[in-house]
Parts: sequence; C-alpha cells; structure tokens
Amino acid sequence: MAGAIPTASRSEAPPDHVVEARGVSMVYPGNVTALAGVDIGFARGQLTTLLGPSGCGKTTLLKIIAGLIEPTGGEILIEGRPVRGPGPERAFVFQDFALMPWATVLRNVAFGLELRGVPKAEREEIARRCIAEVRLAGFEHSYPHQLSGGMRQRVGLARALAVDAEILLMDEPFASVDEQTRRKFQEDLLALLEVEKKTVIFVTHSIEEAVYVSDQIVLLSERPGRVSKIVRPGLDRSGDFERIRRERAYLDCVDEIWNVLKRYLED
Amino acid sequence: MPERTSGTAGPLAERRSPTIDEIAPAAAAGAGSQRRGSSPLLRLLSVVLVLGLWEWGGRIPISLSFPTCSQTLAALATMLADGTLLAAYADTIRPLIIGLVLCGVGAAAAGIAMGLSRTIEWFGLPVFVILQAAPSAAIVPVITYVYGIGLAAKVFAVVLLSAPVIVLNAYKGIRHTSPSLLDMSRSFLASRRQQVTKIVLPSASGLIFAGMRLGAAQGFTGVILAELLITPTGVGDLITYYRSVADYPKMFASILSIIVIASVTITLLQKIEETVFRPELRQA
Repeated sequence: MAGAIPTASRSEAPPDHVVEARGVSMVYPGNVTALAGVDIGFARGQLTTLLGPSGCGKTTLLKIIAGLIEPTGGEILIEGRPVRGPGPERAFVFQDFALMPWATVLRNVAFGLELRGVPKAEREEIARRCIAEVRLAGFEHSYPHQLSGGMRQRVGLARALAVDAEILLMDEPFASVDEQTRRKFQEDLLALLEVEKKTVIFVTHSIEEAVYVSDQIVLLSERPGRVSKIVRPGLDRSGDFERIRRERAYLDCVDEIWNVLKRYLED
Repeated sequence: MPERTSGTAGPLAERRSPTIDEIAPAAAAGAGSQRRGSSPLLRLLSVVLVLGLWEWGGRIPISLSFPTCSQTLAALATMLADGTLLAAYADTIRPLIIGLVLCGVGAAAAGIAMGLSRTIEWFGLPVFVILQAAPSAAIVPVITYVYGIGLAAKVFAVVLLSAPVIVLNAYKGIRHTSPSLLDMSRSFLASRRQQVTKIVLPSASGLIFAGMRLGAAQGFTGVILAELLITPTGVGDLITYYRSVADYPKMFASILSIIVIASVTITLLQKIEETVFRPELRQA
C-alpha cells in the first residue's frame, strides 16, 4: 500500500499490479485489428494513462478492462483473477458523461448504489457527500441539461466515486470540456486522488494532460495498437499543482512523448 | 511549450465556452417563453385570422354549399342546445375510448416487446410496417365482413388506424436507447431487468408518448371513417345526414366539433405527459 500516494509512488516499490493486461488482442468483425497483444501492469494506487494516436484502441482497451467488451485474445487479471464482465471493484467515467437526462444529479450520482439495492436514504446520503466532493453541492436537484459540460462530467465522476470502487476507469473524461475547465478539472482530480487513493486508468489524447496527471504513461502505437513505450514522468506532485507545468521534468517528458508519437504522424 | 499551448488554446476556449454556458440556457428560456409568454396571443390571432377568412369566403360566396363562419357557429349552438350533438357523441366516443385504451396498452406493449426481442421483431415488424403504409380507408369496409356494423367494427377501425403508429414509435424508442447509457448501466452492474426498467423504458418514453398522441389522432380518423363508411351512427352519421339534406351549416358544425375535440384531446395528452411523467421537461 506504500504506493498509494502519488509522490511516494515514484520510489518504485516492487510492482503490486492490481490490474494486468496479458496479451490482450481485439479483432473486430471485418478483420479490423484494434489491439495486437498488449501487456501492461497497472500498479496499485497509481494513475496510468493510455496515450496514443486516435484509432489506436485506447478506448477499446479500457472497455475490455471494464468488462464491457470481451477481447478476442488474451485476458485481463484483476487481483490475479480473470475478468468475466463488469465488477464492483471497477467504476467507469464516460467521455460523453452518460448521464440519465430524466434523472436529477442526486439520482444520477446514486445510480450505481440504486442498482445494487442500497436503501434510498443511505444511498442519497453517500451521493450527497460525493456531490460535495466534486464541488457540486447545491445542484443535487438539477437536471443534466441545466448544467455545463464541466459540471456534467463532475456528476459522472461523483457517480463513479459513490460506488467506492478501488479502480477508476476514465475514458477521455475531459475531452468534451473547454480548456479552462479542463485544467481546473485536472487539478481537482489530483487533489481528489490524494484523498481517495484509487488506482486510475485514464485514456486521453492530450500529451500535456497525460504528463500532468500520470504516474505511468503507456504509449500505444497506431492501429493495430501495441505498447510502444512506457514513460514514468516522476514529477513531484506535493504542494502547488501550478508549479508542475513549469517544471523541467514536465517539459522534458512532454517532449519525449511528442518525439515518439510524431513518428506515427509522419508515416 | 505549455505556455504556447495555453496561448493557442486560450482564445479558442474563450470562443467555445460561451456557446456551452450561455446559448443552451438562452435556448431553453426561449423555448419556455414560446410556450408561456407571447404565444397565447399569437395563437388567438391566428385563430381569429382563419375564422375571419372563413367568414369572408362564405360571404363571397365561394360555393352555395360553403356556409359562413357565423352560420356554422350558430348551427353548432342549436345542435348543442337541442341535444343532437351530445347524442351523436355518445355513440362516437365509446368505441373511440375503448379502441384508444386497447392501443395505449396493447400496441405500446407490442412495440416495446418488438424493441426488446429480435424474435418478436422478426414476427411483428412487417405486419405493422405494411399496416402503416396501407391506405386504411380502403381496409375499413372489409371490417364489415368480420365484425358486422356494431360497436366491435368501430373499435376495430380505431385500433386499425391507431395501432401501427403507436407500435412503431414504441419500437423505435426502445431501439434508439443510447448505447452509452446501456454501457453505463452495465458497468454499474445492472441486471437485464434493471436495464429495461431504469434505462430503456425511461429513455424511450418520449417517443412512446409521441406515438400515443399520433395514435390518438389516428383513432379519431378511424372512428369517423367507420361511421362514414360502415356504421351510419354518431358524428359521422350527422355529417352524412346534413350533407344529404343540404343543411350545410349543421354539416360544417359537426365537422368543426370533431376537429376541436380531437385537438383538445391531443393537447391534453401532451399536458398530462409533461406534468405527470416527465419532470425534467418542466424545469426550463
């Protein structure tokens, strides 16, 4: 559990992989190969980003880990046990938010618990706490269409927090959000993870975002997706978040990743 | 490098964020005011305009069989006072209500079943696609062979016209459930049953209700067609009778009455949907 806090995680304790991808392949009907033998270990309490050119199968890999898609080859292990479908230890945050437009913020956030049969009073109390955690207190009885894009994604995040899953799977969570909101959101996410101590698997196509939030960045090649390189930014995230964006290590890391990804554009 | 990124992203984001934050509420407010604010006056104006044109057309006169608006309204008042209209509607409303209740429950259920099960879809979809495409007025007389000329024939006519649109709308509503909401419910461990009751049905409810409104309108057509073509009773009979005796104001009054009642019914259905079933529509 030493690796739970992002700063401590840099010490590279012996790998304690909560999630492991073993030779995961995905061939879609029509012989489109999205993933070709991907092996990755996801360390406990760390944030791992899947980064790569569009169409490289990042989201496919995330959905396979979530148990929403069955891979055509290989397997995902969670705590050493193979994945057969979605499970209570994983919670998903969707790129398009996936909020129920007919339900209030409160019901949306409590939805995972509602499906598990948690009594109304109890699940609403948990939901209210999670809504406050993502700084949306006061909007419990609003409907999604009354909220801005950034606020909607906060609801999506609160819903994932409410089920208290150990592993958070985030599929380009900030892609539909404007740049200012996105930056604020990244900072909030880091602050939140310091308290919540989750294992996070994060899909993005933004290099800056990946370097800013990640302990480990997995670079995937263009289709068919393979692990092309694993980068560990090793940034000191204690204290002021704003400072990170000016750090030498941060800038070097962005450059390093850009040099790898550039190749896929030139081909 | 991050400075440069923020430099290029800044203005872009500034241009983009107001579209999300301001235009959406503005559009919502606009839709709200359209429903409540200026609209009743405009609607009244358009009604007055149409009635005025009618009065003017009747006075030219366009045709000897085209009464003025005032003659028609006077005839309507007479028919209301002497009870003819009420008696006729007693005949017309019963099969209409029976037919619409049957469709509201049965056809909606059939559409939902078709949306949920491939087998039922394979079995049922062609029937309703053909029924919707078929010119129903041509089928209505055939009903007589099976159901005679009584209540059953009228109910059947209502169902025949109303069911296809209700079935097909419910079916489309189910099939158009957002795949991302389905993924969401699966990832949060919904059972198939929970998926249907908590995601699929609520998300289809908009199209299901729209189908019911269209189906109700079709039901009015069905019952009047039956009364014109097979069973000379009710409002359809009033129209036929007054035409045959050339009492055009009363004939037009009968037609006007059914149009008004149908419109009011459909509007009422919409109000019920908004207030009872869809709380998210109420909050602008």
